[in-house]
Amino acid sequence: MSTTAVTSPIDEVKTTPWAGGRSPFSVEYGKMMMWFFLLSDAFTFSSLLIAYGALRFSSTSWPAADRIFQSVPGMVEHGAPLVFVGIMTFILIMSSVTMVLGVEAGHRGARKEVAGWLIATVIGGFMFLGCQALEWSHLFHEGFNWGKIPHEIGEFFPEGVAPSTVYTQQFANLFFTITGFHGFHVFSGVIINIIILINVLAGTYDRRGSYLMVEKVGLYWHFVDLVWVFVFTFFYLV
Amino acid sequence: MSSETHHTQEHDHAEHDTMSRKKIWQVFFVLLGITVIEFIIALYMVPKGIIPLTIANPIYIILTLAKAFYIVAYFMHLKFEKIGLMYSIIVPTLFIIGLILVLTNESHHWVDLR
Repeated sequence: MSTTAVTSPIDEVKTTPWAGGRSPFSVEYGKMMMWFFLLSDAFTFSSLLIAYGALRFSSTSWPAADRIFQSVPGMVEHGAPLVFVGIMTFILIMSSVTMVLGVEAGHRGARKEVAGWLIATVIGGFMFLGCQALEWSHLFHEGFNWGKIPHEIGEFFPEGVAPSTVYTQQFANLFFTITGFHGFHVFSGVIINIIILINVLAGTYDRRGSYLMVEKVGLYWHFVDLVWVFVFTFFYLV
Repeated sequence: MSSETHHTQEHDHAEHDTMSRKKIWQVFFVLLGITVIEFIIALYMVPKGIIPLTIANPIYIILTLAKAFYIVAYFMHLKFEKIGLMYSIIVPTLFIIGLILVLTNESHHWVDLR
């Protein structure tokens, strides 16, 4: 091709991003698909949270979070509002940091560091799941479940507000459904992290020459953290 | 294949410059700080009556969106991606605002039905 003297403008290889010369997103296929999967998952979670918001807006009274979440399982039975969920939030943010540090180590191709950070992330994930299991079992113990609420609900409502069994039931259903769906995502994330960790230890990504897989599961893991940020705000603070 | 992996590695090195370990810890402390502020509002300022719940709730939502920005932009690296990818992820999420508007409006009618 270089031997021919004249190249007409129409035969020139275009190099601008959207002319087909190179990838406009400049991102690997699997990573882009992870982004679009997360986008669809964001719609799922926002549908759940907006449904919760709509039901809550249309209620005349709603149980107060700082009156329901009063205990730190195994330590304080009552009188520590939102402390336990604070610990859970900290654990999840922390595990997000260890994940991003693992991704950063992957960019440098440091296999041992990646493995170390991934182990820390997996431990963080299990700690979060353990905390959630404790919180759920505490609520079950109090009498909450899908379709089931305690007999005495007066203590869950602020003073001067008429307690409502209907809205307490709605709260319980939505709480278990949404935190359950999020917890399921955390669980999947932990499993995926373990699989990636095994691959890292086996040297799969050294042979492949790229730790991009760590980056992809990192995206998923950060998304789980992102969802928790919203669940935390709308279930525990607002 | 080999040239493709080579390209990816180069790409990664370029990204590496934008997200150092120092930056990661900075973002962590921003996220932690925002969460601490949320707890101060929820556990101290609202019960003591310093700010009413009607003002606290919008503050929570703004702080939550700030946290979401830091997670997506820095931890998920979206700030350093190509602009085309950024828009193709961010613009569709605007549909969520539509659902919020529709359902909050609808929920006001549910109140009358109850």
